Amino acid sequence: MKKINSREEFDQLKKELEMLYNQNKKRIIVCKGTGCTASGSVKVIEAFEQEIERAGLSDTVEIKRTGCHGFCEKGPIVAILPEDIFYQQVSVEDVPEIIERTIRKGDLIDKLLYQDPKTKQKYVYTHDVPFYAKQKRIIFHHNGLIDPTRIEDYLGFGGYEAFVKAIFEMTPEEVIDEVKKSGLRGRGGGGFLTGLKWEFCSKAKGKPKYLICNADEGDPGAFMDRSLLEGNPHLVLEGMLIAGYAIGAHRGYIYVRAEYPLAITNLKIAIAQGQELGILGQNILGTDFSFDVMIKEGAGAFVCGEETALMASIEGRRGMPRPRPPFPAVKGLWGKPSNINNVETFANVPFIITKGSQWYSEIGTEKSKGTKIFALAGKVNNTGLVEVPMGITLREIIFDIGGGPPKGRKFKAVQLGGPSGGCIPEEHLDVPIDYDSLISLGAIMGSGGMIVMDAANCMVDVARFFLEFIQNESCGKCIPCRIGTKRMLEIVTRITEGKGEEADLELLQELAEGIKATALCGLGQTAPNPVLSTLRYFADEYRAHILEKRCPAHCCIALIKFEVDVDLCKRCGLCKKVCPAGAVSWMPKTAASINKSLCIKCKTCIENCPAQAII
Amino acid sequence: MDAKLDLTYVNMMLQDYKQKRGALIPVLQKIQEYYAYIPEAAVDLIAEGLNIPASEVYGVITFYAQFYTHPRGKHLIRVCRGTACHVKGSKTILEIIKDKLSIKEGDTTEDLLFTLETVGCLGACALAPVIVIDGYYYDKVTAQKIDDILNRLSQGNELQSHT
Repeated sequence: MKKINSREEFDQLKKELEMLYNQNKKRIIVCKGTGCTASGSVKVIEAFEQEIERAGLSDTVEIKRTGCHGFCEKGPIVAILPEDIFYQQVSVEDVPEIIERTIRKGDLIDKLLYQDPKTKQKYVYTHDVPFYAKQKRIIFHHNGLIDPTRIEDYLGFGGYEAFVKAIFEMTPEEVIDEVKKSGLRGRGGGGFLTGLKWEFCSKAKGKPKYLICNADEGDPGAFMDRSLLEGNPHLVLEGMLIAGYAIGAHRGYIYVRAEYPLAITNLKIAIAQGQELGILGQNILGTDFSFDVMIKEGAGAFVCGEETALMASIEGRRGMPRPRPPFPAVKGLWGKPSNINNVETFANVPFIITKGSQWYSEIGTEKSKGTKIFALAGKVNNTGLVEVPMGITLREIIFDIGGGPPKGRKFKAVQLGGPSGGCIPEEHLDVPIDYDSLISLGAIMGSGGMIVMDAANCMVDVARFFLEFIQNESCGKCIPCRIGTKRMLEIVTRITEGKGEEADLELLQELAEGIKATALCGLGQTAPNPVLSTLRYFADEYRAHILEKRCPAHCCIALIKFEVDVDLCKRCGLCKKVCPAGAVSWMPKTAASINKSLCIKCKTCIENCPAQAII
Repeated sequence: MDAKLDLTYVNMMLQDYKQKRGALIPVLQKIQEYYAYIPEAAVDLIAEGLNIPASEVYGVITFYAQFYTHPRGKHLIRVCRGTACHVKGSKTILEIIKDKLSIKEGDTTEDLLFTLETVGCLGACALAPVIVIDGYYYDKVTAQKIDDILNRLSQGNELQSHT
């Protein structure tokens, strides 16, 4: 692309590109996010290309490879524009039929339409599918429309308009003020007011100032940042440019997990395009504002999501947090004033600048504004990424959008906020979600991981899982986290093995509160939350493990006998069929039995038994 | 093994990064990309080249999960141990693979065919439980699927690519 040197050239280019995208052209949109790629979308794209060529439609039909559409469960996803027909689980074999029937004749292909598993109703258009109908997709709006590797696409849909408005029509102070008034709070977990954070950094003495994008999305069960970086990297860059202008930084870093190769690739492409076009670099669009962005790849350490640890890692050291103050706004990267925000936070900024803080602050609740992206996963029908206004209830997300637990199983709890969060039971599902209500329930907003659990999930085991995670990831600098969580893990493990004692519960509580009060960084201070929240809502389950040596969810292996209850056994033989170790013997019309010397305790039989007869 | 190793690449790499701030992690990433692990002999060269103590280099290598001090197997199996995978049974999947290969997580089989690792979360929660072998994602893994995949790889067959 030719470099643009002024606002006029920008406006001209934008006008040309917008015309190009406003045409009511037939477009076949195929999702190329990580989820759909794993279910085979690349081959589907190739098939479309060949088929369109063969059918002689190359001039009239365009194929778009886009980022994640969010509904990963049903991938590969194909949408047909301008009608917005939604086809799911499309295979290479379906492609000729789509071209022949839908593209040429305008007919629908019934088997590719989404069918609600409960009501059996089928849906034609994307916006009608229940998974999308209740969402408010602002940040994600363009994810399913643009090719993330083409800056032209982003510009054609109004991209970089907010940045241009900021540098030509607003002073840095006005930008900060607008973001402050919008009420935007950090989407990485803490929920600190973004505008205020910018103001601190802007007012800090010392030069140069650094801007950092935290894309070290390490929370297990959260993948919205990955999806944004993969699907719309320019949106994040635009947010960073605006922030850089506001605080007076000329250098930005994106610290991104090495586990996200596609995100890194797409970001590199986006940065190179931005430089070529003159949106990044020296004297942007002829102004005296200069800004460049560098990618720093993480090296696999969860604690690097903590801001001071992240900066240590950029500096090439072990990613260990340090006490604050001094806060990064005063003394951050290389000892200079630095501002660090999360990917999703930056992605909100362009919308606030374009549409105004008034518009933005009308979405959400009194103290939590805008939308939030949640990663809905676990025991739920519609797994994927959902963007909803703050203030929606958990029940609406899990049941209306997510379709509830699969196979009609009973909902038990939802885990929010990853290793720093907690489990919320059924009775609190109707609380409107915002930063503050979740804290009062013993969870946190966190980065937005939302893992649904059903009756087959043991809450003690979940607590143990998170403690194990924290133990693996504890940097080892402070004793409460390094040793305290180890002791907690030992106690909880003992309980899951049937060796727990009644006094353990009190000991756990005491340790948890001690660690909360004394650990050095956010990782350590919040590490006891999964234990505290499960103790708060599921103490009975802990007691069943301790007093009755029983795991009510049939989950903890040490407490399962791996025997068949002949009274319950339906004599169907399914357990024999699914056992990978050949440990089940069964004859028609007789009860099954398990040979314990062959059994590998993989629980496949338990998961498949229709009568819960394996105890 | 290290004695015979050609360290030209390490020296070359260091020339490029000598003057740069925060170079240690990118240097280690490049070296590992080239050798597939960080050879012991490279540590002193890096320390000298970047003018930092060897203990610090070693400290960084062992701090981050991504760096390896030993050669790894031909096939890298990564089992996702994120929350969504956990509630869908990834622990059992891990146990089965450990059992089949007779190694612990983090280890490599004696024949250098397989390395087994766990990863905090791959961010592919809709595919849970998920494992990644040599960069290919396997979704909704079951005990039977693992049998098939491992058998195919042990017999020297390559994986079917998704991409």
